[in-house]
Amino acid sequence: MAGADSDDSLYPIAVLIDELRNEDVQLRLNSIKKLSTIALALGVERTRTELLPFLTDTIYDEDEVLLALAEQLGNFTMLVGGPEYVHCLLPPLESLATVEETVVRDKAVESLRKISHEHSPVDLEVHFEPLVKRLASGDWFTSRTSACGLFSVCYPRVSSTVKAEIRQHFRTLCSDDTPMVRRAAASKLGEFAKVLELEYVKSDIISLFTALASDEQDSVRLLAVEAGVSIATLLPQEDLEALVMPTLRQAAEDKSWRVRYMVADKFSDLQKAVGPEITKNDLVPAFQNLLKDCEAEVRAAAANKVKEFCENLPEDSRETIIMTHILPCVKELVSDTNQHVKSALASVIMGLSTILGKDNTIEHLLPLFLAQLKDECPEVRLNIISNLDCVNEVIGIRQLSQSLLPAIVELAEDAKWRVRLAIIEYMPLLAGQLGVEFFDEKLNSLCMAWLVDHVYAIREAATCNLMKLVEKFGAEWAQNTIVPKVLGMANDPNYLHRMTTLFCINALSEVCGQEITTKHMLPVVFKMSNDQVANVRFNVAKSLQKIGPVLDSNCLQTEVKPVLEKLASDQDIDVKYFAQEAISVLSLA
Amino acid sequence: MAGAGGGGNDVQWCFSQVKGAIDDDVAEADIISTVEFNHSGELLATGDKGGRVVIFQQETENKSQPQCRSEYNVYSTFQSHEPEFDYLKSLEIEEKINKIRWLPQKNAAQFLLSTNDKTIKLWKISERDKRPEGYNLKEEDGRYRDAATITTLRVPVFRPMDLMVEASPRRVFANGHTYHINSISVNSDNETYLSADDLRINLWHLEITDRSFNVVDIKPANMEELTEVITAAEFHPHQCNTFVYSSSKGTIRLCDMRASALCDKHSKLFEEPEDPSNRSFFSEIISSISDVKFSHNGRYMMTRDYLSVKIWDLNMENRPVETYQVHEYLRSKLCSLYENDCIFDKFECCWNGNDSVVMTGSYNNFFRMLDRSQRRDVTLEASRESCKPRQVLKPRRVCAGGKRKKDEISVDSLDFNKKILHTAWHPQENIIAVATTNNLYIFQEKVN
Repeated sequence: MAGADSDDSLYPIAVLIDELRNEDVQLRLNSIKKLSTIALALGVERTRTELLPFLTDTIYDEDEVLLALAEQLGNFTMLVGGPEYVHCLLPPLESLATVEETVVRDKAVESLRKISHEHSPVDLEVHFEPLVKRLASGDWFTSRTSACGLFSVCYPRVSSTVKAEIRQHFRTLCSDDTPMVRRAAASKLGEFAKVLELEYVKSDIISLFTALASDEQDSVRLLAVEAGVSIATLLPQEDLEALVMPTLRQAAEDKSWRVRYMVADKFSDLQKAVGPEITKNDLVPAFQNLLKDCEAEVRAAAANKVKEFCENLPEDSRETIIMTHILPCVKELVSDTNQHVKSALASVIMGLSTILGKDNTIEHLLPLFLAQLKDECPEVRLNIISNLDCVNEVIGIRQLSQSLLPAIVELAEDAKWRVRLAIIEYMPLLAGQLGVEFFDEKLNSLCMAWLVDHVYAIREAATCNLMKLVEKFGAEWAQNTIVPKVLGMANDPNYLHRMTTLFCINALSEVCGQEITTKHMLPVVFKMSNDQVANVRFNVAKSLQKIGPVLDSNCLQTEVKPVLEKLASDQDIDVKYFAQEAISVLSLA
Repeated sequence: MAGAGGGGNDVQWCFSQVKGAIDDDVAEADIISTVEFNHSGELLATGDKGGRVVIFQQETENKSQPQCRSEYNVYSTFQSHEPEFDYLKSLEIEEKINKIRWLPQKNAAQFLLSTNDKTIKLWKISERDKRPEGYNLKEEDGRYRDAATITTLRVPVFRPMDLMVEASPRRVFANGHTYHINSISVNSDNETYLSADDLRINLWHLEITDRSFNVVDIKPANMEELTEVITAAEFHPHQCNTFVYSSSKGTIRLCDMRASALCDKHSKLFEEPEDPSNRSFFSEIISSISDVKFSHNGRYMMTRDYLSVKIWDLNMENRPVETYQVHEYLRSKLCSLYENDCIFDKFECCWNGNDSVVMTGSYNNFFRMLDRSQRRDVTLEASRESCKPRQVLKPRRVCAGGKRKKDEISVDSLDFNKKILHTAWHPQENIIAVATTNNLYIFQEKVN
């Protein structure tokens, strides 16, 4: 490289290197993201001896730069000379694994895990494992928390002496002074257990799990729940009862609602992990208790799992268990004092009908659906309505229609526009299930009323809803029921409503087809091109642009073009602009 | 046994340092509004009305000059909060730092939370002693090199430089409070903290700024029915699920976060029945609690009201185990203290390292040391007159009436503009930091 001639190809790289220390974070970030380019230009030797030492010291930088760096280094093996030299990446990643920002540390750990696989068994013991030990015995808890995530990747590939050391280190971290480290250890316990030999799972992991599950810190105990689920999947059925169930039972009755919440939240995984027998004997009563918990958060989490839990019950006794144990609790939840609990239940309760079949649904579930449809909280009603399809398959929606209608009407007129918006979104689904006749009779007027709602978002959604209805019921239906009403609004004294006509035409022209558009809609649009409000006029231009593709070319040339040309010479600048745009898009110039 | 953090009245306190301007002309922005040692005592932070945070660092022990053992020197100064204006409510938001709380150390850097009335910020204070050198396209002084002369690539190298301390804002926890924040407290789980305003207490995760959980809400549906406000709140030092909050009615409520997500129902209520003989127009005002602090061991808590300090055993709700009068001689002066608004002053209190002595402030730049084991107390003064190095502080006495003895100060000559509201005690050693209006005094145990 000693040649006196400068090398043009060096310039861009030189810029990238200089920008590694630019004052502007964005430029530094760009450079870090192109680190592989820099490394490639420097070659493997200089990358190892110069670039990596520099990067090791850059831990003062902004989080986003460090995050990008940690990510890059995970893909750097080839750039430092392949697996033989992969250990050169350890020092920068080690320093990144000790920063205070969790996202950066986690990314550094992720990259370390990735490159651990590229170490030869010898390098793993000579370089990687000592790093894990250093982190595990570091002064600051940031390094110790990072260590927790590295044990499981080196354990399977080291000698039995080193394995013993690793187990010892993990044990130490599980009883660390700081809750941060114990939390990290608890959250990695399941993963570590998976790579351990079964004998050590039974001897080591179980005692660590038991200890963490009775930690004084709530935040540690709740993480142990998840570890318990993973451990349960590893143990043979006959050991579960003695080794993990006492601890899990205790967690389900923990004094802290956060721990019980965690149990409720992980209930389906737990159910799968322990198998049908323990489910029947242990989990059913535990689940009942969670459904009756004194804390609403726990009840809501459990209520969310009702369907999944019931689905996964052993087939032979499923119906009996649901009818005798679960359904009574569910009935109570329907009239819970907390609306989050009720709405969590409402989002899954319809799913029970497929499990219980027609007769049970009609006899036992239907009254609950009906009660929830009348609930004071709109979210509960919405959740029921949004899941109507499950029931429809089992008993048909007619059973519900008498109660459904008042519920829908009430939601459609709710004072909160977000609630109105939500029900509009279910309209096409409901229309499909209730059939055109019912719709015309009961719901059509609602759909039209939304078009003149005072909130724009509702009018917009109502327009979109019309389009979906036409997709369902066909153009002929549209022509008879909604098109006349929509076009009627073109004469409304309120210009916002006149504009709604245009928006509806935009949405409907394609689904209604050429004939209806040309015969019924176009004349109205033309008429509106003389509207006194400029906003209406330029929306006419926009509408013409939009519906142009539906029309035949003759109509475009003889009818649309003159109107657009007239608008193009309008005195209002916006009208002109959109008219000209329409002319050029439709190629009418 | 200085290291044991014991001491009390056997300790002879001597002057060590005073920080801040000497002239009597006090700028409003310089008024110290909070003082706090970190967990090792190596750093001491103050916040002021101007929104600044000043951090002092204890000099490392110097064998040849043992008297300089505890010198604290400025380590970092930064502007934590700026004045703001809430346009929606037409309200000015002061930059005044209401509280500072240090986080347990997690790596080489130090972290603290600082708050004004509305916004809590997490600051990182870190050291840097290396900087990169070497550019490809320019000289170190910024002059550009001719791109044509580049024949080889240069990778920057880190070189040692003078130590630089940087303070950078890491998180801003905004929009969590409608009323004024009076307390922040970090949980022993090291991942959450609480913030309390007049009517609500919120729980935050240290890494999540866009949401917090409301755990206590005492706002009545109709604000005209408002009879009490939250005055202070603190987490238990070891039990992550327990916190207390004090009220303007003189009660302290202990809440267990395990029981339910919302802690509207307390699990313990600490309240002393009022002595009917002392009842007066001012009873309610002076019973308002201005500060509550758990002892380091977590067994006790201390509350400060206008005239007294009370120590409560967490296992006994009906009365405090100890009550100390701070300045009982003011009881006859309440009327004039009401007129000059002093009766609303919020005095704080603190424990020494082994919970055997407590300290709190008073007027006339007096502060009180209350020894629990010997049931003895002493009044000391932070003043410019006794600030010669290693000068021992003489106990002060206030004459409550009757004949004034020699060395006594008459109640009428007390200066109510000089008040010590904020004090802090080194977590291990007998070193205290006492904030007068705009000066920070550091006293320490006399070493013989």
